[in-house]
Amino acid sequence: MDSIKITDLTYRYPTADEDVLRHVSLSVEKGQLCAVVGANGSGKTTLCNAIRGFVPKFYKGEISGEVLVNGKDVQREEIGITALEVGFVFQNPFTQISGITDTVYEELAYGLENMGVEPAEIERRVEEIMGLTKIEAFRDRDPYQLSGGQQQRVALAAVLVMNQDVFVIDEPTSQLDPQSTDDVFEIIRLMKNMGKTIVLVEHKMEQIAEYADKVVVMDQGQIVLEGTPEEVFSDPRCEEYHIRLPQCTRIALELKKEGIGFEKLPVTVQETVETIQAITGAGKDGQERKG
Amino acid sequence: MKRMALVEVKNLSFCYPNGYQAVDDVSFTIEAGENIAIVGQNGAGKTTTVKMLNGLTKPGSGDVLINGESTKNYTTAQMARRVGYVFQNPDDQIFNATVYKEIEYGLKKMKVGMGECERRIKDAAELTGMTKYLETNPYDLPLSMRKFVTIASVIASNCDVMIFDEPTAGQDLDGLKILSDLNRVLTARGKAIVTITHDMEFVADNYDRVIVMCQKKIIADGRTKDVFFQKDIMEKAMLKQPALVRIATGIGMQENTLDVKMAAAYIRQNLR
Repeated sequence: MDSIKITDLTYRYPTADEDVLRHVSLSVEKGQLCAVVGANGSGKTTLCNAIRGFVPKFYKGEISGEVLVNGKDVQREEIGITALEVGFVFQNPFTQISGITDTVYEELAYGLENMGVEPAEIERRVEEIMGLTKIEAFRDRDPYQLSGGQQQRVALAAVLVMNQDVFVIDEPTSQLDPQSTDDVFEIIRLMKNMGKTIVLVEHKMEQIAEYADKVVVMDQGQIVLEGTPEEVFSDPRCEEYHIRLPQCTRIALELKKEGIGFEKLPVTVQETVETIQAITGAGKDGQERKG
Repeated sequence: MKRMALVEVKNLSFCYPNGYQAVDDVSFTIEAGENIAIVGQNGAGKTTTVKMLNGLTKPGSGDVLINGESTKNYTTAQMARRVGYVFQNPDDQIFNATVYKEIEYGLKKMKVGMGECERRIKDAAELTGMTKYLETNPYDLPLSMRKFVTIASVIASNCDVMIFDEPTAGQDLDGLKILSDLNRVLTARGKAIVTITHDMEFVADNYDRVIVMCQKKIIADGRTKDVFFQKDIMEKAMLKQPALVRIATGIGMQENTLDVKMAAAYIRQNLR
């Protein structure tokens, strides 16, 4: 069964002159990682808000079409009930963090306390997630005293701890250094292995190429491309939709221009190295780089 | 006599009141017209270092000289005319009702004349892609564009040194292009640009010089091409080499390049 099924969704914010989502249909299977990419303003965050029910319940406005999460119509359900099914990580960690807790530990426990989870269980889950997201070191610090990157990990952890089936994550790594970005993607991979369904908005194409099962490209409120990372990144229309291709793909496309073709477009570093070695024999006979 | 650098940072250290040492003995110089990226892990000391360049944070020990004079002799208002700083979180510095007023605010404080004020706002708006949003409330713009509002304010202030703290965060391809273009224009005007970023590909494409910080210290300062190909330095700083560098290393390329076209040409020439 599809965890998320969106059918012909069109939406307009209350004061807007134009639809921000236009006839969007999208299915995400259980356990899939679906990356949503596209220029800023193309409707990615609004789509996230529609899956979570904030659109139209919080933002109001005109909506048509349907959003099903685990078979349930999000627009008909109580927003608090949807919260039990969909974990939502805001784009801006400064927005996400509650501001009413004194420590990172309390911030993580806050949502569980509101759900009436047993104290022993809260402790167990908070400890587990702090370990998983590598934030134990600042457990006793004030969330607002942390750096932007650290806050972003706390914001992600505070949602993960709720343990829903479906996660909508809006640019979780925008403030993070490369190592922490990879750490976050490893957490996301772990979640995927646990059977979670994830919709992820992200600009970092290299990681999308490596981790996503499916990529959808949005442009002016519509889904304009959809497929595996290879399928999407090899589509020449990516340029038209302002998609920043992974460097690997850029090299491969440049080689194509030089008249060197290959059957399958490499999208990760490993694939690219192997593809180039296959064509040129480079680096195979023990030739070493000069220092 | 040695020519005087625009900015000279000498043995800077900083310790927060709670005892946390954020920067430890950092020295470097900045010349007019230079375009420098500072990279490093979250918590490496990047933001604290640049905040000491414009006096938002007072150096614990060491000194910052601007045109040869210690910043200890400048007031914060005087500093603001020389070194402009764009905060990591734009919401820390935006408070006016329109983009125009936001950019104008600092200029009024500096008592810039009306005609000059208008000219500078127009110029800053053009460079940052804000021209059509001048009458918009900054908070009606997405975060990535609010960042450009704050960048425009600093450009309009016409400082000699402009510091951008993570301007690449959350930017799409168009945003990165604007950033890349404005860096080029400003450095051509003789401004020194210092950019903190985590986007190594953007650094590879746009900055000749990179400073690598790791655990409160500078561990490398040099040509981006030379630094990014040093795997040990990048690993020590917990940074990832751009994909192109990893590919070049993987296929045993005999040439350091950060340019995709040059790499492709090299591979074609070395076909057997």
